[in-house]
Amino acid sequence: MIVSRGFRGRRRDGPPDRVPPGQYLTDDFPVLSAGPTPHTPLQEWTFTIHGVDEPKGWTWEELQALPSETVTVDIHCVTRWSKLDTVWEGVSVDTLLEAVEHDAPYALAFCDGGYTTNVPVEDLTGGKAWVAYNYGGEPLDPEHGGPARLLVPHLYFWKSAKWVRGLTLRDEDEPGFWETNGYHLRGDPWLEQRYWGD
Amino acid sequence: MTWLAADVAASREETPRVRTLELDVPDWPGHRAGQHLDVRLTAEDGYQAERSYSIASAPGDGVTLTVERLDDGEVSPYLVDEAREGDRVEVRGPIGGYFVWDGDEPEPVLLVGGGSGVVPLAAMARQRARVGSTAPMKLLRSSRTIEEVIYREELDALAGGGFEVVHTLTRSQPPGWTGYSRRIDRELLAEVAWPASESPRVYVCGSTRFVDAAADGLLQAGYDARWIRTERFGATG
Repeated sequence: MIVSRGFRGRRRDGPPDRVPPGQYLTDDFPVLSAGPTPHTPLQEWTFTIHGVDEPKGWTWEELQALPSETVTVDIHCVTRWSKLDTVWEGVSVDTLLEAVEHDAPYALAFCDGGYTTNVPVEDLTGGKAWVAYNYGGEPLDPEHGGPARLLVPHLYFWKSAKWVRGLTLRDEDEPGFWETNGYHLRGDPWLEQRYWGD
Repeated sequence: MTWLAADVAASREETPRVRTLELDVPDWPGHRAGQHLDVRLTAEDGYQAERSYSIASAPGDGVTLTVERLDDGEVSPYLVDEAREGDRVEVRGPIGGYFVWDGDEPEPVLLVGGGSGVVPLAAMARQRARVGSTAPMKLLRSSRTIEEVIYREELDALAGGGFEVVHTLTRSQPPGWTGYSRRIDRELLAEVAWPASESPRVYVCGSTRFVDAAADGLLQAGYDARWIRTERFGATG
């Protein structure tokens, strides 16, 4: 063990069963993104599932008309902040995938601004992922991914793609943006899968 | 990715809140200008804390960090106020393959840094000098006061031969100040930035508010969103 002389730390770790290894709690909502914040007008916004025989798309109004869920979840950013009890409203990815015929094991989320991230379909289904458009009871701010972002809270938060516009279902796993730039393919915070080789 | 022992070989105060640490990392695999690394601190009872920091040094020139103290932070107060020559921390990296500039492309480069957001940009400016790149490069820096302009003498001295530094001081200016004296806005960017017709490479680093203002201003100046690479820092103390 390499001890740093004189280091004590502030030890505000929070409940150990809710804060994964190497994370610290914050009350803020830090912003991370690799480029400018896109501002797509809602009348031009669609959410589309590709990679199936009959692609399926929803306009903003059509998405809003789908049954929504309000969930309270903990989120974990790979830059080490975790935030507990965040409240989101959106449409379960289960609901969206029910609209297409598929047996694909992988999905690549695509977004305004060109961002992509890969997620196994089994991490998106079974009540584990949403296309979220409200945060804390308010419409999601553009800097936090509005009008809608993917919400996959059990994986590091870069998987919860901001400004999401759809999913491409795939037979093989294709690394997305951060996954081709050094970050882990799956990103499970409880296994500390931050980077390649973790 | 493996944790590596890193010894503080030298340290110097940049400003009362900002300190530069030169680390001796025998097993460092090398890095690219703009990348960051993780620092891990371990207390005597085994408690650990980790944070990410941009690498300030150019590739091949050791591993140097410049850290700003966040008062409610956990790692930055130790690195700024406590760690001194001979102390030991752990690092792993390098991390990130997007916010990087290698110095082998001819396109003009615009670097826009707010406060200590200049750190990864300084690595790029140092890389330009180190490899003898002739790519035109402008560094637009926003700082609150002249005293808070980190690396001022060193980077100003790199000016010439296609490298230019433009300062704006947002809170107070010394007597006779000839630089800008306001927050970066659309008009300021229009005056300083390369014309959009030159398809420049752009790297913006600073607080979220700073990065959003700069990126939005550049989009309004006709820049393509794909040219603009951003790095934001917030609560990563």
